[in-house]
Amino acid sequence: MNIQEYFELVWTDYTLRTITLGTAVLGAICGMLGSFAVLRKQSLLGDAISHAALPGIALAFLITGAKDSGTLLLGALVSGVIGTFWIRGITTKTHLKSDTALGLILSIFFGFGMLLLTFIQKQPNANQAGLDKYLFGQAATLMESDVRLMIIVTGISLFVMVLFWKEFKILLFDADYTKTLGFNTKFIDVLITFLIVLAIVLGLQTVGVVLMSAILLAPAAAARQWTNNLGTMVLLAAVFGALSGVFGTAISASQNNLSTGPVIVLVAGVFVLFSFIFSHKRGLLFREIRFRKNRTDLKLMKTLQFMYGIAQEHENISHPHAIRILNNFQGFTKGSLKKLENEGWIAIDGQQWAMTPTGYKQAQEMYNQKPINE
Amino acid sequence: MSNPQIEIQLIAAIVAIACAIPGVFLVLRKMALISDAISHSILPGIVIGFFITQDLNSPLLILLAALTGVITVVMVEFIQKTGLVKEDTAIGLVFPVLFSIGVILIAKNANDVHLDVDAVLLGELAFAPFDRLMVGGADWGPKSLWVMGSILFITISLLILFFKELKVTTFDAGLSSVLGISPVVMHYGLMSVSSVTVVGAFDAVGAILVVALMIAPAATAHLLTEDLKKMIWLSILFGVVSAISGYWVANILDASISGSIATTLGVVFLLVYLFAPKKGLISVLYRQKQQRIEVSLITFLLHLNRHEEESERHINHLQEHINWRAVRAKSVLDLAEKNNLVEIENQVVFLTEKGLAFTEKSLEYIINNKDEKIEPMKEDFFLFRG
Repeated sequence: MNIQEYFELVWTDYTLRTITLGTAVLGAICGMLGSFAVLRKQSLLGDAISHAALPGIALAFLITGAKDSGTLLLGALVSGVIGTFWIRGITTKTHLKSDTALGLILSIFFGFGMLLLTFIQKQPNANQAGLDKYLFGQAATLMESDVRLMIIVTGISLFVMVLFWKEFKILLFDADYTKTLGFNTKFIDVLITFLIVLAIVLGLQTVGVVLMSAILLAPAAAARQWTNNLGTMVLLAAVFGALSGVFGTAISASQNNLSTGPVIVLVAGVFVLFSFIFSHKRGLLFREIRFRKNRTDLKLMKTLQFMYGIAQEHENISHPHAIRILNNFQGFTKGSLKKLENEGWIAIDGQQWAMTPTGYKQAQEMYNQKPINE
Repeated sequence: MSNPQIEIQLIAAIVAIACAIPGVFLVLRKMALISDAISHSILPGIVIGFFITQDLNSPLLILLAALTGVITVVMVEFIQKTGLVKEDTAIGLVFPVLFSIGVILIAKNANDVHLDVDAVLLGELAFAPFDRLMVGGADWGPKSLWVMGSILFITISLLILFFKELKVTTFDAGLSSVLGISPVVMHYGLMSVSSVTVVGAFDAVGAILVVALMIAPAATAHLLTEDLKKMIWLSILFGVVSAISGYWVANILDASISGSIATTLGVVFLLVYLFAPKKGLISVLYRQKQQRIEVSLITFLLHLNRHEEESERHINHLQEHINWRAVRAKSVLDLAEKNNLVEIENQVVFLTEKGLAFTEKSLEYIINNKDEKIEPMKEDFFLFRG
């Protein structure tokens, strides 16, 4: 199956449609909530939470024996929340820094989860097949009920987000001010964090513990490059996330032996790379172009200033001078002279140049902070 | 104990020491998560190295993979320098992408490669003794013992050689530049050592446990001491103890050794986190409560000192005047009385001479606003603490 066939099949084939819808919804909710994680500098919290969710899955299975994703994800949610609060406890009550707390919880919870998983595997009555998928995720195991759950959770998150939009926004940019306004910052903070945990837990089945954080971060990081407006960013991140989900699924379905999670991450990574380079405002490419343009402008003005110095000594400012006398000044080239002429600041006649009245005025006013190209 | 059991414990202990040493510096430099990033992003390096060498323990593979680790650090720093995203986002973007590339490389060559992602992430210490180093037909012991032993030897040599430099660059990069020690060289040196350690250890214990073994002992030790040398010794101790007891727990439960070691590390951390004498949660909470009451006490004494009129000092009206709840008012009053700072006559509170002296000193302290004076002052005056 190639990608074209995939897009034809996606409308008719039940399994493909379910999986594609699932990854798209997942990408969208992660993009939305990931925007908050990125802006709150909690990017790596996602990584820690997704790892911390693993023992919850194993414990939920050990206690209930159930294999349906609802029960297991509830376990994941509980252990993710416990991990989050422990991280907070470590950073607020001790002098350990947040990176240490994150790394610690991440590795310890994951290790505990592995202990439980291997323990379950050795149990005689274990019908544990399927727990492994939470490690790396298997989009192929998505069922309609899972997708329905995702859509419901996304709807609730969206509703809460719209309801508390103002609070989320103000807390994001000025937490102290929010407090002085009388908002319950602790509650808003816990609410956002809880939503983020929820999104992560939701994605575990599809992309797995290890790569979950990237699905959360990458769309948001890409969207951040295109806008300074929170609403636009959230929307854009949701779109990027959904597209990564769809294209990731398409590519992995059209090839053999490709698990969906890593492909989605790579597609999201391509979005980030593209945004980093080509974003109009912040992108590296345009930044470099602007930088070069500023440099040539500066050189041009330096040449003009030098000419101004010479022209000042003559009564007639448009008195022609030999180009030769510019030689000991390094800022000029044939190109820059031509540019100056095009601007109408100098006139060139053979080997001689003369300043025009406009050029003279321009040089005079240069230090008056007037923009050059207007 | 059988021979393989001893060997497994030996390997676990050596890995624990080799991880604890760079871990201390990573934790102190606030770069703990770099170890997490490296441990994931070495995967493509390992896969490519494996294609070339066909041997998980080959030095070339270790170097290649370690190089990927250093490249990760460079990439993170590059992205961070562009200012497009914050550092944590940069880390969070780089390693999943590299890890995904590794996973896909494995998946696409699944038929030729005896390597699976689970093994890289989780390791299997139980199999380590089966891979023997054979030289000239003689059995020299498990290969990973030799690999980790060499890495540990290099790490310890570098630590002893550059201890002073590491210490200065960790705590005061500015000073170290002035002294002519390049923080950049030390930084990349540490990154290289960490990468090599992670790569050497992943085969035996898996990438995630490496992170646990690097961060957890150092974090635990950091809760107990502020002294760098003591911290290194303590983290080695915690690492080795958890590694060996973790092995036995796994033995009893018949479960993953690396998972069990990580869990033991977590339990040790939890205990220290709760009960550490100065930095532990319980002592911090206790101290906070004590300080809250003592601050209230000082407020109370100042209030008494300022007001001559009886109505302001009547025991039943204190609640109104200082706006305290009944329980708090009572505990503050009890404390003041126990310490002979106040006397109560006819339900009216008076400052004793001692109370007056303390109040004046407190006032002076508040006006001067110097941190260091309040604790010895409290010790001078208080028989009982809050």
